[in-house]
This record gives sequence, C-alpha cells and structure tokens, in this order.
Amino acid sequence: MKTCLVVDDSRVIRKVARRVLEDIGFEIAEAGDGMEALAWCRAAMPDAVLLDWNMPVMNGIEFLRQLRTEPGGGEPVVVFCTVENDVEHIRMALDAGANEYIMKPFDGEIIAAKFAEAGLL
Amino acid sequence: MTPEDMDLLAALARARAGLRVDVDRVYLVESRLGPLARREGFDSIEAMLAILREKREDRLIWAVVEALTFSETSFFRDRTVFAHLRDDVLPTLSRRRRDQPVRIWSAACSTGQEVYSLAMAAAEASDLEPGTRFEFFGSDLSERCLEKAQSGLYTQFEVQRGLPIRLLVKHFTNQDETWEISPRIRQAVRWKRINLLSDLSSLGQFDMILLRHALDDLDPALHGRILDNLASRLTHDGVLVLSPHDRADTLTGSLVAVAGQPGLFAQGPEHQRAVA
Repeated sequence: MKTCLVVDDSRVIRKVARRVLEDIGFEIAEAGDGMEALAWCRAAMPDAVLLDWNMPVMNGIEFLRQLRTEPGGGEPVVVFCTVENDVEHIRMALDAGANEYIMKPFDGEIIAAKFAEAGLL
Repeated sequence: MTPEDMDLLAALARARAGLRVDVDRVYLVESRLGPLARREGFDSIEAMLAILREKREDRLIWAVVEALTFSETSFFRDRTVFAHLRDDVLPTLSRRRRDQPVRIWSAACSTGQEVYSLAMAAAEASDLEPGTRFEFFGSDLSERCLEKAQSGLYTQFEVQRGLPIRLLVKHFTNQDETWEISPRIRQAVRWKRINLLSDLSSLGQFDMILLRHALDDLDPALHGRILDNLASRLTHDGVLVLSPHDRADTLTGSLVAVAGQPGLFAQGPEHQRAVA
C-alpha cells in the first residue's frame, strides 16, 4: 500500500484529506507543520505528500525545498493543496519541486484526479 | 411534469437532434429545463411546455432541445487517449499533411475543454514536421455551451479536472477563481453550432474527428446515420475518435477499430497501423 503524508495545520483538512486518500488506497500519516513533516520524512520517506502552504513553524514551500535536499527526498510525489491560487505561487511551487497543485476548496474528485495526473494511481 | 410532457420532450429531442431522453428520469429533465423556463420568463416548466404546445415556436423548441443536451466534459478526459493522440496520432498526421493544415474537429465539444485540450496537446507534441499547421474546430448543438467555449473562461473547479498544473500555468491566466485560456490557444479554434443529423458536406474534410462521450446520449437507432455522416467528412487516411467504451457496431464503410487503441477508428489496415 502506498503511503501519503498529509501536512496541514488544520485538523479538519487533515481529516477530510485522510478520508479521501484512504478511499483511493493510501496509508496516511499526518503532520501539522513543515518541521514535523520533515521529521516524518527522515524516519520513513512517504510515496506522496499532500502539502499545505501556510503553516506555523515551517511553511509548505520551505518544507519542500528542504525535503528535496534530503537523502531520498527527491522521491516523494508532492502535491500542494492550498488557498494560494495564483500563477506566481504555482510557479514557485513547481520551481521548488512540486509535482501537482490543488487549489482549495477541493473535493475528493479533484484529489483523485490530481493524484492520477501525478502518476500515483 | 406529466408522462405526456416527458413523451413530448423525448419525441422533440429525438426528431430534432437524435437525442435520447429517458422518460423515467423526470428529475434530470426538470433540472435542465428549470433554468431555461426562468430565462424565458415562465413561472414553471409546465407553463413553458403549454406555450410550446400551443404555439410550436421553432426558437423555443430548439431552446428546449438544446437544454436537454448533456454537457459533462473536462480537460484531457481519458488521459491515456490524449497521450496517444499527442505522441503518435498528431505526429503521424503531421507527416502526412506536410504543407497542408491538419484539420481536427471536436463534433460534440460542449463547453470546449476537449478541443482546447487537443490544441494544448498539439502545442506540447514533439516529433511534428517543422511548420505543421493545425486547424481546430469545435461544434455543438448548444449555443450556450459554444458561448462558454468561445469565451475561454473556466472556473477553478473546471481547470482542476484533468488539466496538468504545468499546462495550467503555461496556457492560462487567472483573475481570482476565473481562469482564462491564452489568446494563442483560444484563437486556434473556430466554433460553429452544428446538428450532427444535418448535411455536413459544407464543412470540408477532416484528418481527425472526435465524438467522445456523446453516443450514449444519442438515440441508438440513429448511431449509424450519425457515424456515417461523420465518416463522410474524414479524409481517406483520417481517424475517428470515439469513447474507449464505444463499440460503434453500426459503423459502416471502411472504418475499422485500431487494435490496442479503444475508441480509435481508421480506414484500412495501412492507416490503422500508422496510428496504432
């Protein structure tokens, strides 16, 4: 079973994302900020990361840049999931190594479509 | 609505456009006609149908039939099909046409996502003959769908269904949650309202015609006529693209299924191999 780390400071968003991703076959781990997410990745690199942008301690883009420098950190497919819905933010995410990008609000259909687009399904 | 109302609508939709209306799906029909009745200034669907019966006004009949068309679509619907078209079929057509434009027609384009996807796929395709020109056409029975298609404006929800993020940032700009396709892609497509039961001979010939996710909503008794009508608009080495699940048993003439590519049809073994 593929693993997905859901990184979002909102417990509600994590819960919704968990339900959607479990329905499409992922085993889920959760982190509330980028620093916590890095600790997860150093312990066990997931197949995918669903990543919020705005979080305390370490935000999503800082996490992603750091992740891509870690041993094995180039492997996870990273899908941003954020309210930052302008071209500039999307380009910044792609430049930092994001594979796909979801603009909130999202639903299960969009997550499944984006994960398929990223080659995860 | 009464069973008689549903029978009337089913008969009109079939006679005018070959559409199949399931008379048991009253809710679906009401959900499509309700907005039309309001736009037309009626208090209810029933009031609109009463006037339609009384006056038989052609404009209102067509508005009702158009409202009954199915408009579900998305960018790059069936990803593997588009990958094959981009990587194999478009380059093959490009080599064949050389100095002539490659003409592609999305025959039930709804709100335009399919034909715009093809225009983006052509822009992304490698291995095209240098100088290849594409002409894209989108047609639909519904004027409202064509208006939206022509505007090139899509909601945030629509651009997140099937459109890879790299193509979104490459070909769209946004104003809040409205996304506008680039002038380069939008201007590559021409639009026309077309009834697939009508005489299509004035359209010329096409190298590729797509009729995807549409046959299910057309009367099965008319599939053969519609498909033959489309096939008559294909060049001798052109391809017809239906949905992967369409069997096209009623297809006559020389078009046959391309092995290993569900929904793809070509004329003759040589052309089948070329686009397989």
